[in-house]
Amino acid sequence: MHILGLSGSLRGDSHNTRLLRGARKLLPAGVELVVFEQLAAIPPYSEDDEHDAPPAVAALKAAIAGADAVLVATPEYNASIPGVLKNALDWVSRPIASTPLRGKPVAVVGASTSLFGAVWAQAETRKVLSTIGAHVVDRELPIAHAEEALGVDGLPLEREAVEELSATLDELLELASQDRLAA
Amino acid sequence: MSTATAQPIAAGTWTIDKVHSHVGFAVKHMVVSTFRGRFEEYEGSLAASEDGAPRLQGAVNVDSIAVKDENLAGHLKAADFFDSEHYPQIRFVSSAVNVSEGGELEVEGDLTIKDRTHRVTARGSLTGPHADIAGNDKIGVELEAIVDRREFGLEWNAPLPKGGFALDNDVRLQVSLELVREA
Repeated sequence: MHILGLSGSLRGDSHNTRLLRGARKLLPAGVELVVFEQLAAIPPYSEDDEHDAPPAVAALKAAIAGADAVLVATPEYNASIPGVLKNALDWVSRPIASTPLRGKPVAVVGASTSLFGAVWAQAETRKVLSTIGAHVVDRELPIAHAEEALGVDGLPLEREAVEELSATLDELLELASQDRLAA
Repeated sequence: MSTATAQPIAAGTWTIDKVHSHVGFAVKHMVVSTFRGRFEEYEGSLAASEDGAPRLQGAVNVDSIAVKDENLAGHLKAADFFDSEHYPQIRFVSSAVNVSEGGELEVEGDLTIKDRTHRVTARGSLTGPHADIAGNDKIGVELEAIVDRREFGLEWNAPLPKGGFALDNDVRLQVSLELVREA
């Protein structure tokens, strides 16, 4: 089983990228999580360029197509999705008939340094993913005060948050397993 | 608690020793988490005469608000919350101060935030007087009151994606004061 991790932050020491790496530690044996590294190389979406997708867009589409599930970790900018993440999802959604996100199991988590743990960015990311046709886990994981709440290994320090992350991953893997059986 | 002043406060004017005092607040957010902040600049005194009613009063400089996140501090100073540009001070003046034999303290008084004044009741304890190592007489005052922030014009809130609101309306005001007798 293979999970693609997609962080909505480009920052080198991103809390959300770290959270994805932390999530790896909760995965059962035989499940791997690889973080997509080319988000910064995705140019602004334009329909004019759809016929010849830029390499980073093609790489993201291929990574999603090759994954059994996707785990998105998003920060929150002005109560919403970071532009780079929304832009990437817009690219992947086109053309809508062949998007690799259609029916793809996806879960969304998030961390921010604010009081609210990117809870609204997560909700809007779930909305966008559902609109594209992904099979979205109906859970949220708002990690507030991320600079204190996450350990160096990326796992939350509070037990309840680790349990929530674990439950989110369980649900994501369950959806992915159902898809495999149905295939 | 009896309304009788079972134990008179030692006569004198007692002023806050800021090195050993704390003026803060706590409010629930995200339904289950508690957010705490404090003010760093304030002044206050407790005046007690042999035969008169004791009087506790104080003022807080709103711009001295201290929280972990500087963006949040800016938001708290803005019009959604304290609007410190137009309302730079929070004031309190007591109308009744009662102390039981056991040192239980009940203070009723007028709290003014954003030019809105409401009667509040705070409960806690009074200890001392006792002399510190420098020979100064000191008393300790612990008080807590719960207020509805909306009554004072601090009305910001936002609905959470999965129900409930981002910030509770009840705010716990907490002061822990060490007061020294003026010479």
